[in-house]
Amino acid sequence: MNHEIKRKVEGFIALLFSTFAAFFGLFWLVFILGDVVVHGLGALKLGLFLSDPVPAGIEGGGLRNAFIGHLMITSCATLIGVPVGVLGGTFLAEYARGRRISRIISILADIMVSVPSIIIGTFIYAIMVRPVGHFSGWAGAVALAIIMIPVVLRTTEDMLSLVPWTLREAAFALGAPYYKVIVQVVYRGAATGIFTGILLSIARVAGETAPLLFTAFNNSFFSVNMNGPMPSLTVSVFQYAMGPYDDWHAQAWAASLVITVFILFLTIAGRLLLKWRYKQ
Amino acid sequence: MTAVSSLTVIVLVAGILIVLVSESSLAIHKFGILNFITSTDWDPVKQTFGAATTLFGTLVTTVLSLVIAIPVAVGIAIFITEIAPNFLKGPIGVAIELLAAIPSIIYGLWGLFTLAPIMSTYIEPALQDTIGKLPFFSALLDGTPMGIDLLTASVILSIMIIPFTASIARDSFKLTPEVVKESAYAIGATKWEVVKNVVIPYSKLGVFGGVVLSMGRALGETMAVAFVLGNNHQITSSLLNAAATITVSLANEFSEADTDIYLSSLFFLALVLFVLSFVTLFIAKIFLNRAERKYSR
Repeated sequence: MNHEIKRKVEGFIALLFSTFAAFFGLFWLVFILGDVVVHGLGALKLGLFLSDPVPAGIEGGGLRNAFIGHLMITSCATLIGVPVGVLGGTFLAEYARGRRISRIISILADIMVSVPSIIIGTFIYAIMVRPVGHFSGWAGAVALAIIMIPVVLRTTEDMLSLVPWTLREAAFALGAPYYKVIVQVVYRGAATGIFTGILLSIARVAGETAPLLFTAFNNSFFSVNMNGPMPSLTVSVFQYAMGPYDDWHAQAWAASLVITVFILFLTIAGRLLLKWRYKQ
Repeated sequence: MTAVSSLTVIVLVAGILIVLVSESSLAIHKFGILNFITSTDWDPVKQTFGAATTLFGTLVTTVLSLVIAIPVAVGIAIFITEIAPNFLKGPIGVAIELLAAIPSIIYGLWGLFTLAPIMSTYIEPALQDTIGKLPFFSALLDGTPMGIDLLTASVILSIMIIPFTASIARDSFKLTPEVVKESAYAIGATKWEVVKNVVIPYSKLGVFGGVVLSMGRALGETMAVAFVLGNNHQITSSLLNAAATITVSLANEFSEADTDIYLSSLFFLALVLFVLSFVTLFIAKIFLNRAERKYSR
């Protein structure tokens, strides 16, 4: 009898602990998000989007340059990374299906997804910044694209593999060549999945800071020249947060709020899309 | 066209390795590989560099964050798969995964302005007054609590890796066949006994893979720790001291490196980190693949 009580008590304590762990996790989420919202909302002004930074120490100014720069770097990264990722994923799932090379690339891509992003930054610095002698927006975009490629590639591969093989055979039976089958049948079947993968990969790179630190660098002036140093929101947040001025800190919080809302929106949208498409 | 695109992955991995090796060759020649890794000198003025201090910081923050994260992550996974009522399972799972989506710079900013003051005024003095009095822990918790230290960095890192570990542990737990669990319930096992003796042994490969994967993530995390670690090159016994990790040194010093040997040493650090995280992630991948094969039998 005593033994039975002991087992029950032990079970109760263990389950209590794991319930506590789950709420511990939730607690951090609420704490961090709440903190960003509270600090960020207070500093969120129209001027943040409409004016450029003023000299250090003077109140006011905004981060218009960083918003535009961030948008340009991320869009260019998407334009480079998405085609390469989607085509690569197509190769793995279609032309090289089941081959050894496909497995190797797949594993390498999985590892690349988690490789420290700052290493990508040093790599791009060595091949794109030092040879030309100056930081550039392009270097930042390529660094982000490199982070994007394995993410897009893996989701494309997975999503294409979900399309039933019989669908392709039906198209082959009509005499369609393989590339036509892929473009007109397989891509259509997997479109939502691939699109979600792209959304999630944009969410992933939009918050990256480390690979931009010594590729796109920073610029306190408005610039749309992708060949020169470009400001980005994340690097600005890093610089402003480490700086000594309260006004900078407030702007860093506001910029963080914008980044966080944007990324969480993309992530949740991606999840809902997936759920809606693959609800069975 | 598609083949070329997919080959970019191989080209990138090989390219990163080749570029890092060639860029760090200057430092490799001057300091030697073994000597560089074991030397604690990091002196830009005297132009002598060694990786031991940053390796120390990287390993300490990684291990400490894993120690905090693993029990919590496994607890979360148990809660989601076994305890939570159905209507809570989805939302809590999504919420935990949203934690993973928050960019690391936000963690860093929050760590600097919110967590560090809390740590230095409440948690760290409290730790010093309680377990800090014990003989072994007194060395670990020595010094003035500043909040910018190894402990704060590890706490932030642990919050960041909890979602990765938890979601993989949850997926592995879910793969335990219902029949096996039900047969354990049938002989009178309590819920906890089922989890402890059936679910965890059954899914340990997957959970272990998840832990190693998170370790790979923690090794390379940059911005979250850059704010709260202080980039102070030293080996310290106290967790309340500032330190440096490989990533933090790279982030802070890379664009300031003024001599070739300085830059080359930083590239060497990047190479060490690349090899370290690549090997870790590869091991994780092997475990996860093996787990997958085992379950799909």
